[in-house]
Amino acid sequence: MNNSRRDFLKQSGLLLAASTLPLSLVEIAFAKEEDNFSFAYISDAHIQQIKGTQFVRNWDRGLMRAVAEANLLDPKPDFVMFGGDLAQLGKPEEIDHGLEILSALNTKPRFVLGEHDFYLDMGEYWAKKVSEHHYSFDHKGVHFVVLNSILTYDDWNNKWSSPQERMAMMAGLDNPLGSPFMVGEAQRNWLKADLAKVDKKTPVVVFSHSPLQKIYKGWNFWTDDAEQVQALLKPFNKVTVIYGHVHQIQYNQIGNISFHSVMATAWPWPYPSTYAKAEQFLPKLTVEMNRADPFFERDATGWQLIDIATGNTAVHYQLAENKPRTVAFNPKTKRPEDSEYQQQRAVTQNHY
Amino acid sequence: MLTYKKTLIVLALSLPGIVNADEFTKADLTQWENEFQTVVKQGRAAFTDPNLGSNGVVCAQCHPNAANTHPETYPKFQKQLGKVISLWEMVNWCLRNPLEGKPLAADDPKMTALVAYITSERKGVKLDAGKH
Repeated sequence: MNNSRRDFLKQSGLLLAASTLPLSLVEIAFAKEEDNFSFAYISDAHIQQIKGTQFVRNWDRGLMRAVAEANLLDPKPDFVMFGGDLAQLGKPEEIDHGLEILSALNTKPRFVLGEHDFYLDMGEYWAKKVSEHHYSFDHKGVHFVVLNSILTYDDWNNKWSSPQERMAMMAGLDNPLGSPFMVGEAQRNWLKADLAKVDKKTPVVVFSHSPLQKIYKGWNFWTDDAEQVQALLKPFNKVTVIYGHVHQIQYNQIGNISFHSVMATAWPWPYPSTYAKAEQFLPKLTVEMNRADPFFERDATGWQLIDIATGNTAVHYQLAENKPRTVAFNPKTKRPEDSEYQQQRAVTQNHY
Repeated sequence: MLTYKKTLIVLALSLPGIVNADEFTKADLTQWENEFQTVVKQGRAAFTDPNLGSNGVVCAQCHPNAANTHPETYPKFQKQLGKVISLWEMVNWCLRNPLEGKPLAADDPKMTALVAYITSERKGVKLDAGKH
């Protein structure tokens, strides 16, 4: 071990843990330090039943590792968010097994609903056993909103011969028979009423499963009514949207809204730009993460530490085989930027 | 002048032969394209088949539209295996590991179909064997 590495380890036990943890820690920092708090973010576990009590080992290990390491965090996070897709095919067995793994957390998690949790029974088991589909809460001066952004058209929901077929159709990311995600009018009306009670100077953090921005429709890196949701968030000074689903680092700034994705505990996805036939709109701002090494199961399934200093967000990504990265709000340019790589536009590898 | 005449005669004699050998009919081309597309479809079916491996994991789960498979870069040195391999060997690595299944023979029709599908999703990308 070289000196700099040793010094690094000496400096902080938290950083030692942080260098390997596949989850996200979100820290909300205020001008007054005593107002600061943090929370962890774990997402996209895709617990997959083989049969009976057998589950895919690889995905189990990803979630178990995230849970074990979240428990090591110091200072202890105020709460843990789970970002959706706990299950692979929405089965009660998968949700139960996922909850069992999450039950080892020291801190009770809050949940975002993903499409893999939903399309078998339209979220019935989730509502009964896990969480409401959309809700809001206030924590230490920040208004948090959880949206169910993975709804789609009724016509599509009702066209399949069985719930299993519907789930399988939505589970295939690149399946052309899938359907675009949306928040929907009813929930947008709920959001409007919910936000009407919130002071415009209050920092707002929105959690959704799909990006509340349009990136690539072919893989549902997309929410059909994203612009309408963004319009409801526009009156607020500081808004951050944190989303899962994409299994990769993405960030963007649209008007007053900062967007950050979180990584998966299960497996990473290629950027849509690597699909030679696709027209896609990955935000130009995003400096892509490296290609995943398939020979190391946990590569590119990282975690993030997120500070929301004075209501703005800084995300610290911990990557298994690459240097950690920080994407922080730059008050001068008023957008999130990668602290090291933003100017050179690349980490170390080309995607092709 | 004499040479010129000879050349003309040679050309005239050989022309009908060239035409017969090289002219593919539209029916030929359609048939061959259909044969190829049939195998590509079988490949896509295998690529999304939960029974290809033993644990229900499908290729498309990590490789939507076969992205990040880089068929145009094979054969290449796969540093994790320590040797130069062809695409089918990497497919078998995936069958054994994330899919926890059994490898296929290089000339197994299912392997041919998988490679046909993977390659067809990268149609038009420049060949670049050995690239990393």
